[in-house]
Amino acid sequence: MRVALFVTCINDALHPRTGQAVVTLLERLGVEVDFPVEQSCCGQPQFNTGYRHATEPLVRRFDRAFRDYEYVVTPSGSCAAMVRDNYPRIGAKAAAEGRGRGLVDAAAVAVPKMYELTEFLVDVLKVEDVGACYPHTVTYHPTCHGLRMLGLGDRPRRLLEHVEGLELRELPGAEECCGFGGTFAVKNPAVSAAMGADKVRHILGTGAEAVCTVDNSCLLHIGGTLTRQGATVRPVHIAEILASTEGSPW
Amino acid sequence: MSGTYLGMPAFPRAAAASTRDTQLRANLTHATRTIRDKRAKAVAELDDWAQLRAAGAAVKDRTLRHLDHYLEQLEAAVIAAGGQVHWAVDADEANRIVTRLVRETGETEVVKVKSMATQEIGLNEALAEAGIRAYETDLAELIVQLGHDLPSHILVPAIHRNRSEIRDIFRREMASWGRPAPDGLTDSPAELAEAARLHLREKFLSAKVGISGANFMVAETGTLVVVESEGNGRMCLTLPETLISVVGIEKVVPAWQDLEVFLQLLPRSSTAERMNPYTSTWTGTTDGDGPQTFHLVLLDNGRTDTLADTVGRQALRCIRCSACLNVCPVYERAGGHAYGSPYPGPIGAILTPQLRGLAGSLEASLPYASSLCGACYEVCPVAIDIPEVLVHLRERVVEGGPVTRGGARTVLRPARGHAAERATMRAAGWAFDHPGVLRAGMRLAARTRRLHPRRLPGPGRAWSRTRDLPAVPAESFRDWWQRTRGTSPKHEGGGK
Repeated sequence: MRVALFVTCINDALHPRTGQAVVTLLERLGVEVDFPVEQSCCGQPQFNTGYRHATEPLVRRFDRAFRDYEYVVTPSGSCAAMVRDNYPRIGAKAAAEGRGRGLVDAAAVAVPKMYELTEFLVDVLKVEDVGACYPHTVTYHPTCHGLRMLGLGDRPRRLLEHVEGLELRELPGAEECCGFGGTFAVKNPAVSAAMGADKVRHILGTGAEAVCTVDNSCLLHIGGTLTRQGATVRPVHIAEILASTEGSPW
Repeated sequence: MSGTYLGMPAFPRAAAASTRDTQLRANLTHATRTIRDKRAKAVAELDDWAQLRAAGAAVKDRTLRHLDHYLEQLEAAVIAAGGQVHWAVDADEANRIVTRLVRETGETEVVKVKSMATQEIGLNEALAEAGIRAYETDLAELIVQLGHDLPSHILVPAIHRNRSEIRDIFRREMASWGRPAPDGLTDSPAELAEAARLHLREKFLSAKVGISGANFMVAETGTLVVVESEGNGRMCLTLPETLISVVGIEKVVPAWQDLEVFLQLLPRSSTAERMNPYTSTWTGTTDGDGPQTFHLVLLDNGRTDTLADTVGRQALRCIRCSACLNVCPVYERAGGHAYGSPYPGPIGAILTPQLRGLAGSLEASLPYASSLCGACYEVCPVAIDIPEVLVHLRERVVEGGPVTRGGARTVLRPARGHAAERATMRAAGWAFDHPGVLRAGMRLAARTRRLHPRRLPGPGRAWSRTRDLPAVPAESFRDWWQRTRGTSPKHEGGGK
């Protein structure tokens, strides 16, 4: 099986190791991974801040980059949700504004092939034990878009529970937003920081060595708050845990 | 917190102040978490909740599509039952109508059952100007009124107060409004409730005019419905000689059968109760029983403008259960007053800017008062996709676009103060559409990574006050891929 990796702009620029982990993991599971270099950003920062028109070229770009693939896999619940939930909206609004059905078609092509990593593993590859080994205590924060827009359910947990040596610690208030919310963190810094502080307090309370999510953007906020407080808990993307093996720890 | 909603600071400023009020945050966190957990249990008892939710949304949507028809049917039914109907296009007109109706009775005091519509139009203040004193009789509204305060929650308007604060307010204020608080009043809930009961009983027995809101209006029979927990509302609805109900036009439902859906959705979502304690219905007037004169004031005040927006109109489905407030992490920290209207929390963030328009700085800041976490949409019993409407309104703020104001189509100009952001978003959009440029930028960032500050100046300062910025890695994923896997140049799309 051949899939396209949509690495996302944040991972490309700031978290290349997450993308490398996805490649390592998928290749270990016998999947051929392609990285179409025409890809860039899904457009979520612009769309969620109100700049819908600025996202239209990015929808077209996504379509050009991934049109020829059956599966597009991304290590980001929030970017997957952007494609799945908002591309059709962008298409419908463009059509309603009399600019043709091109974006409607682009969205219709993109939506069914878009998979968040844990969805792809569990639903398409039908695997829960990926042969990973990560001998650490870990707590899992289910990010809002993964949880509510994608409905990932317990897929990430099932994958983590099969990781050798990993001890999963329950996170109190797990389903509450960490307070990142893209530009929300900039536009409402006080509330965002208060939410982040509560999230970090819960994380520290678990005593886990690492906190893991399906989205690096939330980890950026959680991790920045952790290090500012001098905490040593490591923010880690689930792909990096799943890529880790006994012979080759990540 | 006292005075009027007008002149409130924009949301981020008000919310920042609230986050520093540790007592407020403790009160809110305790109250919202308690009810949040109870609600989840009450909802989980029904295995057809998802279908009920869909039915509630469908009934509301269908009614809104034919709102003119159902309102005319309602008007005819109210008149046929002995009531009188008045139409108010905005707050001023509604206040004028109610003031005139009270004056015609010759009374200078009225009792009120909790009504968000009258809070929305500032009726109490308008009546006061006309020399008419309005007494709030809902317990929480009473606390708010005695405390010269504003409501901060849809269901529990005094949620920001704890018991000892309430005791102090009762001791200090009750005497100047009627029966004073008993000597030696403590902060035990039973004593506080008894003090309020004695104070209010005097009002119920002497008032000749009652003013109410309504949760629903049934078009087929002209019946109004109030759903409450204390029974105080029923006193207001049955004891006075004249009853004036001020209700938003979106509260109409076609038939009694529709109540079967909403009377299941509302109590479980709002108070986590299986059935509502006091459900009162009234239809026109009945000789020798209850109010002998009944007026219905139908309030528009921005609702038909909201209805004209095909995405935003779903806010009009709201049945005011407050479930979205109780799960919202932003509301929990910002408090209800920061939203600057009787409709706080996620629903307020989409309703207020639509009812009032986006011209004010508070209204333009409200669509951003959310991290788009989606918890509000998940609990909403009528499936209002609040995040969708928030993003839709953000677009109106930054890009402008077609809107309906005062019944006329107009094109809204982009709000001021977003120029730098707009330029950044456009530049980012352009760079993202030109991977060659993007890649050069990433390489530059990687080469200068040791010079990057962990804290930012300018607009980013707020971010880096409490968080460290991430370190830029030495090599982007893109470059790693090319270095380790190689890529043929023909795939290197530089642009369109």
